[in-house]
Amino acid sequence: MHGSTTDTVLKISNVTKSFGQVAALKNMRLDVRRGRVHTLLGENGAGKSTLMKILAGVHSATSGDISLNDQPYRPANPQQASALGLAIVFQELSLCNNLTVAENILATREPRKFGFINDTALIAKAKAIVTELGLPIDVTEKVGNLSIAQRQLVEIAKGLSHDAKVVILDEPTSSLSDSEAEILFDIIGRLKSRGVAVIYISHRMEEIMRLSDDITVIRDGEYVSTHDRDDVTIEALIALMVGRRMEEIYPPAIHDRSTASAADQPPVLAVERLTRDGEFEDISFKVGAGEILGFFGLVGSGRSEVMNALFGMKNADGTVRLNDQDVRFRSPAEAIARGIGFVTENRKEEGLVLGHSVEWNISMAALPDFTGPFGFTRSGAERKAAATEVGRLAIKTRSLDTPSGALSGGNQQKIVLAKWLLTRPKVLILDEPTRGVDVGAKFEIYKIIRQLAAEGTAILLISSELPEVLGMSDRVVVMHEGVLGATLAGTDLTPETIMAHATGFQS
Amino acid sequence: MTQQTAAQAALVRALKQYGGIFLSLVMLCIIFSFLNPRFMSVVNFMNILQQVAVIAIAAFGMTWVILLGEIDLSVGSIIAVAGMVGAQCFAFGLGFGPALAVTLVAGALMGMLNGVLTAKLLLPSFIVTVATMGIYRGLVSLPTNGAPAMIDNATWTAIGTESFLGLPIIIWVVAVLFVINQILLSKTSFGRRAYLTGGNREAAIYSGIKVDRLKIIIFMISGVMAAISGVLLSSRLFSAQTNAGMSYELDAIAAAVLGGTSLAGGVGTMVGTLIGALIIGVMNNGMNMLSVPYFYQLIVKGLVILVAVWLDVRAKQAKR
Repeated sequence: MHGSTTDTVLKISNVTKSFGQVAALKNMRLDVRRGRVHTLLGENGAGKSTLMKILAGVHSATSGDISLNDQPYRPANPQQASALGLAIVFQELSLCNNLTVAENILATREPRKFGFINDTALIAKAKAIVTELGLPIDVTEKVGNLSIAQRQLVEIAKGLSHDAKVVILDEPTSSLSDSEAEILFDIIGRLKSRGVAVIYISHRMEEIMRLSDDITVIRDGEYVSTHDRDDVTIEALIALMVGRRMEEIYPPAIHDRSTASAADQPPVLAVERLTRDGEFEDISFKVGAGEILGFFGLVGSGRSEVMNALFGMKNADGTVRLNDQDVRFRSPAEAIARGIGFVTENRKEEGLVLGHSVEWNISMAALPDFTGPFGFTRSGAERKAAATEVGRLAIKTRSLDTPSGALSGGNQQKIVLAKWLLTRPKVLILDEPTRGVDVGAKFEIYKIIRQLAAEGTAILLISSELPEVLGMSDRVVVMHEGVLGATLAGTDLTPETIMAHATGFQS
Repeated sequence: MTQQTAAQAALVRALKQYGGIFLSLVMLCIIFSFLNPRFMSVVNFMNILQQVAVIAIAAFGMTWVILLGEIDLSVGSIIAVAGMVGAQCFAFGLGFGPALAVTLVAGALMGMLNGVLTAKLLLPSFIVTVATMGIYRGLVSLPTNGAPAMIDNATWTAIGTESFLGLPIIIWVVAVLFVINQILLSKTSFGRRAYLTGGNREAAIYSGIKVDRLKIIIFMISGVMAAISGVLLSSRLFSAQTNAGMSYELDAIAAAVLGGTSLAGGVGTMVGTLIGALIIGVMNNGMNMLSVPYFYQLIVKGLVILVAVWLDVRAKQAKR
């Protein structure tokens, strides 16, 4: 059904992988053909990572066959996988910050002379790779001085610099801006024309529809179906992926709110002329009980900095009024005690203690509530509360004692949410709450946010995804280079006006 | 029935966690008892426990510090300062109670200085405690110009030499401190905060944990534990020596690391540290009984630590 099999570079048939009793993959199959982009689509926890780790030689399949160019393919380790012509660019960065771009790209394969690294040849070789890929990066720059997005491009260059037959890109655009993503799409185009097969993993549907030739959907560790890009719609793919029809991506507001009634209520949080030199200036906004106030702005517009100042992480000038009282938090502990919660942007850095259990992570911010006489932890109450949150947010975990790092991205994000729900916040700041989260978990997170608003929590929703801001917010604050561009509501809430203010075309 | 299975589950968990390191301890005991028949006796084990007390208590404090991802190299010097402070208190005519109180406060203050310098000046604890290791070691000699100071307080010296209910007092002290540290670490919110902060400092700050205060308190715990070690050591020696506790910080670190405390922070238990300290004690005692020259002892001890930690790391990787 899928063209001639002679084009097939990588063929996966009936692959099963079990970890003890648990089957992570069941009868997986995949036909990857030369010069084509094959997208692997599935929710977090569907088995994509396990499959990629088998291809990378990190795990070995329990049963089934994999062939590369009609030869059996069973790499014992990542070095072998790469020698056989498989390049993987992982989501997490694996670069050394204090080495240069060139040293990173050619790490372990530096050109040598008398056993010493030949710097001139190293730089020349790295330059050739970077130029061929069309990356706007100086190879003599230290990686630590690059932006996260540029580092991602270096990571890609490193993966591609091997003579790869199959290239796997695992969510490569998750931290790239639109223009940087364009560079990446360009690179993918060049790879295709060179006859390289690309396995692409992403959660961004528009991007998938634009790039892919073939799309394979997997669910719960099992193969669902493969489609030609031209024969399928986004809605159909989402339905296949979650195994149910998703009526809407954004759940409706639980009670109807008009902007007029929001303006009548006294605000829960009122921020006036908040300023921090070099980061943001004159930021003023109000948010009422049960209101979702969206914050939109391009990367570097100062949104996260404002929230850090509100939360007591940084000093700032200006006034902050919480329930009509002037407040000035010197530490997050004070902010939390007064009813502010902060779901931070990077769950692995600031959100979770990955090595510790689900239970410990959930109770972390509400620890004072679980502390009894003489400082003893009230472990019974703690466990009960954690179990309740796990049930309420439908967190998929083997047990409360499982390390949070072992869970999928969506479930990790729900743990961070659960952590803040336990503190019963009056104001909840959500900084990119659905980053790196699959569609199914996204919908559930949106439902939780709606539920919280319905219960009277004032919500500040920061997001770089325009549809998310539009779909969820009652009003939207747009920031541009540290300044408040506009506060939009009602009929002004259109993608065009928001983008205009975010890019500074209107001011 | 369910109680039995719960007990079994707890046993299995304990074996998984401490099995490797406990096995190392048992194997060492077996080897030494083959080499010297006098090794396997109640009297000798009492000896080992008494000898290991000073290191074990310092290692309890060290476990807190390492759990937080920090290090305290000034422990050995604090041990010496504590003995000298006690001796000077008696020279000034203080009784046992006040002298003990002053000694422990001195330990707490020295720990506090380590903590404040690390937390507030944002200096690495390695550098801070290398510096204070030298400073505290120098302070020991100030009152006596480098000479040892005799201690003649009967209560003080009784701690290291007398028994209570058939067990040497020194073993009671270790047992009580073990229980206190164990409860503080595993049953209180304070202990939980130490685990969380050691696991991810940023996340701890964003969750409202006052990590600077926590760090200072934990260095104070380490200082107080070292001071208690100093009291025990000086009571066994009937004197405060200026070179007392020299390089004990390394034994304390080794005990904690042998017991599974991760230098990266966030992982560690008092049970593990106690077993780690016992391994070091058994090695010292066993080799002394065999009259192994001191320099060979150092080499063997180093090798055993390497092998034990390697076995432990391997066992934990295999579990994954």
